[in-house]
Amino acid sequence: MTALLEVREVRKSFGGLHALNGCSLTVQEGTVAGLIGPNGSGKTTLFNVITGYERADAGTVAFGGQDVTGLATGKIGGLGVGRTFQLTRVFNRLTLLENLQVGRAGVPRERRGELYGPARCMELLDFVGLTALAQAQAGSLSYGQRKLVELAMVLAQEPKVVLLDEPAGGINPTLIGQIADRIGELNRRGMTFLVVEHNMEFVMGLCDVISVMERGAVIACGRPEEVRKDPRVLDAYLGGALDDGPDDGPGGPTGQTEGIEGAQP
Amino acid sequence: MSILLELHGVWAGYDGGDVLRDLTLSVPAGSITCVVGPNGAGKSTVLRVISGQLIPRRGTVVFDGEEIGGLSPRKILSRGIVQVAQEHTLFPDMTVRENVELGGFLLRDRAEVARRLRQIEDLFPIVTDRGGERAGALSGGQQRLVEFARCLMLDPKLVVLDEPSMGLDPKTLRTVLQQVAAMRDAGRTILLVEQNVRAGLSLAGQAVVLESGHVRLAGTGAQVLANPDIAHLYLGGAPRSLA
Ligand SMILES: Nc1ncnc2c1ncn2[C@@H]1O[C@H](COP(=O)(O)OP(=O)(O)OP(=O)(O)O)[C@@H](O)[C@H]1O
Ligand SMILES: Nc1ncnc2c1ncn2[C@@H]1O[C@H](COP(=O)(O)OP(=O)(O)OP(=O)(O)O)[C@@H](O)[C@H]1O
Ligand SMILES: [Mg+2]
Ligand SMILES: [Mg+2]
Repeated sequence: MTALLEVREVRKSFGGLHALNGCSLTVQEGTVAGLIGPNGSGKTTLFNVITGYERADAGTVAFGGQDVTGLATGKIGGLGVGRTFQLTRVFNRLTLLENLQVGRAGVPRERRGELYGPARCMELLDFVGLTALAQAQAGSLSYGQRKLVELAMVLAQEPKVVLLDEPAGGINPTLIGQIADRIGELNRRGMTFLVVEHNMEFVMGLCDVISVMERGAVIACGRPEEVRKDPRVLDAYLGGALDDGPDDGPGGPTGQTEGIEGAQP
Repeated sequence: MSILLELHGVWAGYDGGDVLRDLTLSVPAGSITCVVGPNGAGKSTVLRVISGQLIPRRGTVVFDGEEIGGLSPRKILSRGIVQVAQEHTLFPDMTVRENVELGGFLLRDRAEVARRLRQIEDLFPIVTDRGGERAGALSGGQQRLVEFARCLMLDPKLVVLDEPSMGLDPKTLRTVLQQVAAMRDAGRTILLVEQNVRAGLSLAGQAVVLESGHVRLAGTGAQVLANPDIAHLYLGGAPRSLA
C-alpha cells in the first residue's frame, strides 16, 4: 500500500485556540478512511488545511508523494483532491445539471473518462437520485437535496481522493445506506475517500480504517471494530458503548445496485 | 388528549407549484410529535407554514383554538410557537452569548433573561466557554448546539425543531434529546422533524410519515417504527424492536 495523503504534525491556531495541535494522518491509496471526533475537535479545519482553504501555522501535507503545503485551493483541486463542505456550497441560480458541469469544467483530460460531459453529469445526478430535478434551480432544493447535489458535484470533478464533510447529515437513512453502497462501488473502482461523519452506523459499516480526533490531534486509529472498543473513544466521543450486533441500518455495503429511490423530486 | 395544533386540508408551496397537497396533521398538547420522511418530502415546508414564513394557499392552521394561517412570523411567535430552523440561523458576527440572549427578545424582564441565560450556561458549557466569541467562528456542530440552546430562552407553548440533531456528535446528540424529553416532561408540546429517525421516533408519542407533501402514515412512534414498509423505505432497513 502507498500513502496517497499524508498530513504531518500540522498546527493551526485561531487566536489562542489551537484548532489543530500537531495533527498527523495518513490515508492509504484505495481505502475508505473515516475521521471521527467530538464537535470542535478540528476535523473541518483539517480539511481546510489539506485543501488550501486555511494555511497551516506549521507541519506539512503531501499528496501522491508531492508536498502540497500552502498551495492554492485551485492547484490542490487540480491535482485530484476533491471535497464537500459541511455547509453546502452550490450555485443557487444554476440548475443542478449546470452545477455539475461547472464542477467538471477544470478536470484535466486524462481523468475525464470516456463519457461525454453532460452524460456523465446526468449519470451522477442519477447516482444521488435527483435525475427528475436536473433542470431545477439549485436554490429551490430542500436541505438534504442540496447536500446530495454537492456530493454529485465533487464526483463530477473526477478526483483521486474525495474528502467528505458529513455526507450523511440531514439525509434520510435509507438513502444513506444507498450512498454508502455507491461510495463502496466507487472505491472498488479505485477512488480513495476520507470521510468525516457523526453517524456511527455509516462510518463503521463503510470505512476500512478510522482515525479519532480530539482537541486538534489524532488520538487513535484502527479498524472499525478496534476503534469502537477503544476506551478513549468511548469516553471522549461516544459517551458509552454503541448498540451491538449486525446492523441492517445504513452503512453496511450490501451490494445493492438498483437506482436510488430516496430523494423525492 | 387535547389538540394544540391542527393543520387541515393545507395546500402550500413555492413558485414551482404546490408542495403540500391536502395535508392534515394534528399535534396533541403536552407530548412529542415526530415527522419523518425522505429528503424533499415537504417536512420543512410544513414547519414554514406553522411559523408563518409560508402562507398556505388553502386550508386552515389552528393553534390553541385560533386560526393562525397567514399571520406574520412575529405574531405567531408571540402566540407561543418557537421554531429552530434547519439551516444555520445564528448571526455570525454577533457573539455566542448575544445570539442566545436574542432568543429571549420577547421577554421584557431583564432579570428573567439573565436567569434563563444562567440555566442554559449550566446545561451547555459552550455558551460560557465561547460566549464572547463570534458565533461564526464556531464549528458546525457547536453552532447547531447554540441554536438549540437559544430556543430554551423562551417558554413557548409549542417548540418546533427542524432536525436539531444535525451535525451533533453522539454524546452531544444524547444531551439534546434528553433536553427535548425534559421539555415534554415540563409540560411543553414539541413538534420534531428528524432524519435521525429511530432516535426521533423512539422519543415521540405520535409520529407522522410525510411523503410527497401528504401524510403516508400517522400513528404512535412505536407503530411507525414497527411498520416494515416504512422501515424499508425511510428508516434505513428492517424494523427493529425498541431497545
Ligand atoms: N475561523 C475561526 N476562528 C476561530 N475559531 C475557529 C475558526 N474555525 C474554527 N475554529 C475553532 O476551531 C475548533 C475546530 O473547529 P472545526 O470546525 O475544525 O471542528 P470540527 O471537528 O469540524 O467540528 P464539528 O463536528 O462540529 O463540525 C473549534 O473550536 C472552532 O470553534
Ligand atoms: N424556496 C423554495 N423554492 C422552490 N421550491 C422549494 C423551495 N424550498 C423547497 N422547495 C421544494 O419543496 C419540496 C419540499 O422541500 P422541503 O424543504 O420542505 O423538504 P424536506 O422534507 O424538509 O427535505 P429535507 O429532508 O431534505 O430537509 C422539495 O421538492 C423542494 O425542492
Ligand atoms: Mg466540522
Ligand atoms: Mg427540511
